[in-house]
Formats: sequence, structure tokens, C-alpha cells
Amino acid sequence: MSTIRRWASGFGVFLIYVFLFLPMVVLVALSFNNASRGTQWQGFTFSWYEKLSENQAILEALSRSLEIAVEATLLSAFLGLCVGISMSRTHGFRKTILQKLATLPIVLPEIVQGLSLLCFFVWLTIPLGEFSVVIAHTAFGTAYVATLVKARLTAMDPLLEEAAADLGATQSKILVKITLPQLWPAMVSGMLMVFTLSFDDFIVAFFTAGVGATTLPLKIYSMLKFGVSPEVNALSALILCASFLLVTMAFWNQNKRERKFEI
Amino acid sequence: MSIQPKTFRTTPFSIAAWIWAASLVVAPLLYIVSISFLSRGPYGGVQSPLTLTNYTRMTDGSMALTLLLSLGRSVALAGFSTVLCIFVGFPLALFLVFRAGRWRNALFFLLIIPFWTNFLIRTYAWMVILSDNGWLNHVLEILGLGPQYLHWLFTPQAVLLGMFYNYLPYMAMSLYVSVEKLDTKLLEAAADLGAGPVRRFFQVTLPLSVPGLVAGSIMVFIPSLGEFVIPDILGGGTNLFVGNLLAQQFLTVRHWPFGSALSVILIILIGACLVALEKVTKGHSEDLIA
Repeated sequence: MSTIRRWASGFGVFLIYVFLFLPMVVLVALSFNNASRGTQWQGFTFSWYEKLSENQAILEALSRSLEIAVEATLLSAFLGLCVGISMSRTHGFRKTILQKLATLPIVLPEIVQGLSLLCFFVWLTIPLGEFSVVIAHTAFGTAYVATLVKARLTAMDPLLEEAAADLGATQSKILVKITLPQLWPAMVSGMLMVFTLSFDDFIVAFFTAGVGATTLPLKIYSMLKFGVSPEVNALSALILCASFLLVTMAFWNQNKRERKFEI
Repeated sequence: MSIQPKTFRTTPFSIAAWIWAASLVVAPLLYIVSISFLSRGPYGGVQSPLTLTNYTRMTDGSMALTLLLSLGRSVALAGFSTVLCIFVGFPLALFLVFRAGRWRNALFFLLIIPFWTNFLIRTYAWMVILSDNGWLNHVLEILGLGPQYLHWLFTPQAVLLGMFYNYLPYMAMSLYVSVEKLDTKLLEAAADLGAGPVRRFFQVTLPLSVPGLVAGSIMVFIPSLGEFVIPDILGGGTNLFVGNLLAQQFLTVRHWPFGSALSVILIILIGACLVALEKVTKGHSEDLIA
């Protein structure tokens, strides 16, 4: 009885994973499908990958998205560090307010953030383009980094800073030699998160990009709306491969680190 | 001589922090609240005088009906997808923690991977699967359930499926984190005292997973409320949800004051949901202590 139940639950979970990965399998299969229209299998081809490498519009959107993601990540890292530190080191009323404000960009739906920033930029006559998208992504990215930094600071031993001060370290030395190195893991995961969110973001960019700055998700959206070309499949398959590699590397790295701690 | 502080000065950090909070969080929100009381300008902009018409317009006739219907649809859709995510995500989290053994980490990472592909691409893949000439109908035909082609795409069910697919990992992950912290000694004690598996679930596992359930529900329900891309792609834009209505007011109709008034209503709705969920967690933890 219990073995049957074990197998049944395992099979159920297997089905959930099939469901989760079905779209990915479909996309990879279609990226090799020799048919310009329709989804029926017409034979194997590499031509969509070749066409993709020649599609200037997509490549331009890709590099613009990467650029925006890098800039937004760096800005969010800096501001998130500041917000995280002041959230955990100030007290009372100001701490509560800052904490509430820092969760707002995480809980508000992207559409509300996107359109409020759109109105705000137009009001301030900030031109809509790459710059406005970077600022918009920094608006929510900072909140994610800050949350992680704050969690790390709360878990940190305050005695380390005191010990450094007792041993005569100056304030800037404490910050650079004691606090920042300990915040590094939180900063790295925060930055990875912002990079992914920014690179993947459609809704906020949809409102704040204006006409000129087509990011990759915006390009994909217009392709979905106005005629799909199988090049999108090839592109998605490539993005999927890259993410799979990155996640596997992170996973492998973490496993290795855990094993080292066991010894 | 003054006492040397035991840590670095935080003032510069605080200044940067408050600049961010004031200019990129508070100001944009305050700005749309304020323009919701203005009128529409001749070229789609905003102009004075102050007015309440954007709000009173929501209560008259056809607009009230459209608004109520789209709000109702959005709440129902968000609610349904949250419930679906709980019903599938909970068993999944339990399996990962208690049954997966050495596969636990690997399975958890597999849960993250779909996240790393673009959200639009994932939704587009469902478009391919569900379209009239798509894979689902092919499979049904091969299984002998065709050949009358069924319509899957551009139905409310397709929108629900897309929401469920995109939000399931969030729910599963926050439940996983919650279940993982569960003290298995409590389950053993319950078993020793004669509680069966069903009773153990409802009296031990479920109450202790409420934080994860609430966090997961926030991560699924709130973004679902404002979702407009999935309805747009999988629903064909035929059934208007609040998100679509908002996007339309800002981008097509270009009536910013009315759109802003709508977003204020949406923000209030979300605030109410968050407060209610917070009450649930608070009341619950008091129950546990008592």
C-alpha cells in the first residue's frame, strides 16, 4: 500500500515537472522545425539559427536589453546597499517608514509601477528611452537588493564591528574591511536577481521605453502580436540553454561549497 | 574626548536611501493620485481644474458595469489561480521536503529554470500548444479524441492556465521554504499519539505552513490582479481585465486622469488584500501561542 502511494506521489510530481517543462520542449523542437508557418513537424533544420544571427533588429534589442540590465543592476546595487544599511541601522519611526516604502515596489503590480513612472517621467519632461527604462528598473531593483542586504545585516554579528573599533580601525576601515565583505553574498544574489528581473521585464519597459528603446521583451511582444517568425523560437532556445548552464553552474558551485563545509 | 563610535557613520547611506524612496517610490505614486483629480488635456495630457469627475464617472451606467465586470473578472481569475497554485504547489512542496531525498536540491533547481526563460516566451509557447492547429489538438487527434478541432486559445480557461503556469513556481517555492522549517519531531509526536496521516496534515503541517501559504498567496494573487499580458496573449484581449482596462486608458484612449483614478482604485484594492492577509497571519500566530 505504502509503496503504491509512494509511486503515485512520485508520478504526480513527475507530471507537474512535465507540465513545467512542456513549453520549453515545444520551443526547442520548433526552433529546429523546417516550417515557416504552423506548428507541424516538417523536418530538421538549422536555418532559423542562421536567420537569427542575421536579424539586426533582434540582435540590437538583445544588446540594448543587456546594457539596460547591467546599468540598472549597478545602480540598484549601490542604492540597495544604502537603503539596506539605513533600514537596519536607523531606529523608530524612520525605520518603519523606510521598510514599508522598500516593500512597495515588490508588492505593487508592475502595471501600476510602469504607468506611474510613465506619468512621472512625462511630467518631469524626462525623455522616454533607454535612460528612463534604466531608472524605472532601478526603482524596483533597489528594493530587492535592499531587502537582501537588510536580512544579511540583521543576521550579522555586531561584535565584529565593535572589535574592529576597539582595535583602532577607523570608520571607513570598518566599513570596507568588516561590513562590506560580509554583505558580499547578499549583494551578489541581489544583483543576479535585479539583472534577471530587468532583462526579463516587459511590463515596466512597455510603459517607460517610448518609441526608440525597443528592449528584447518588447521586440518579442511585437513579434507575437504582429506575426511570429520561427527566429523567436531559436532565440528562446538559446536563452533557455544559457539559463540552464548558469543555473546548473550555480547549483554545482553551491553543492561543492556545502561539501567543503562538511569536512 | 568624545567616545569613538563602534560602527561606521550611516548618514551618507541614509541620504541616498531617502532620495531613492522619495523620488522613485513616493513621488510617482503621489503624482498619479494627484492627476486622478485633474481633467484630460486637449492632446491627451492633463490640465486643471481640480475635479472629481474621474471618480464619479466610475459610478454611472455603462462605465460602472464595465468596471465592475472587469474588477470581478480580475479578482475571480486571481483567486482561482491562487487556489490552483496552492492545490498543486502544496503537495509538490511536501514531496520535495519529505520524499525527494537526495534529489531534493536538483528538483528545487528544476523548479527555478522555467523562470529564467522570458515570461513572454513561456506564454508564447502555450499559445503554440493551445492554438487550433497546435500540439494539444494533434495529440488529441492521435489519441482518437479528435478530429473535431477544439478551441483552446483565446478562452478564459487558457488565461487561467497561463496564470497558473507562470505563478506556480512562486507558490511552490514559498511553501517549500515554510515546510522545510517544520520540526519533524512534531509529526512523529502526532503519529505516536495516534494521529493518522490526514489528521497530521490538518493539525500539524497545515497550521505550521500558514506563513508560507500567505507569502505565496501574496506573490500569486497581487500580481495576478494587475496582470494584463497573459490575458492579452492567451485571452486574445477579448475579455477585459482591470489590467487591460488600465493599459487601454493610458496607451490607446490616452485619458490619463481617468486611468490614474482606476489605478488608485486598484492600489486601494491591493492594500485591502494585503491588510487582510496580514490579519490572517497575525491572528494565526496568536492562536498558536495561546
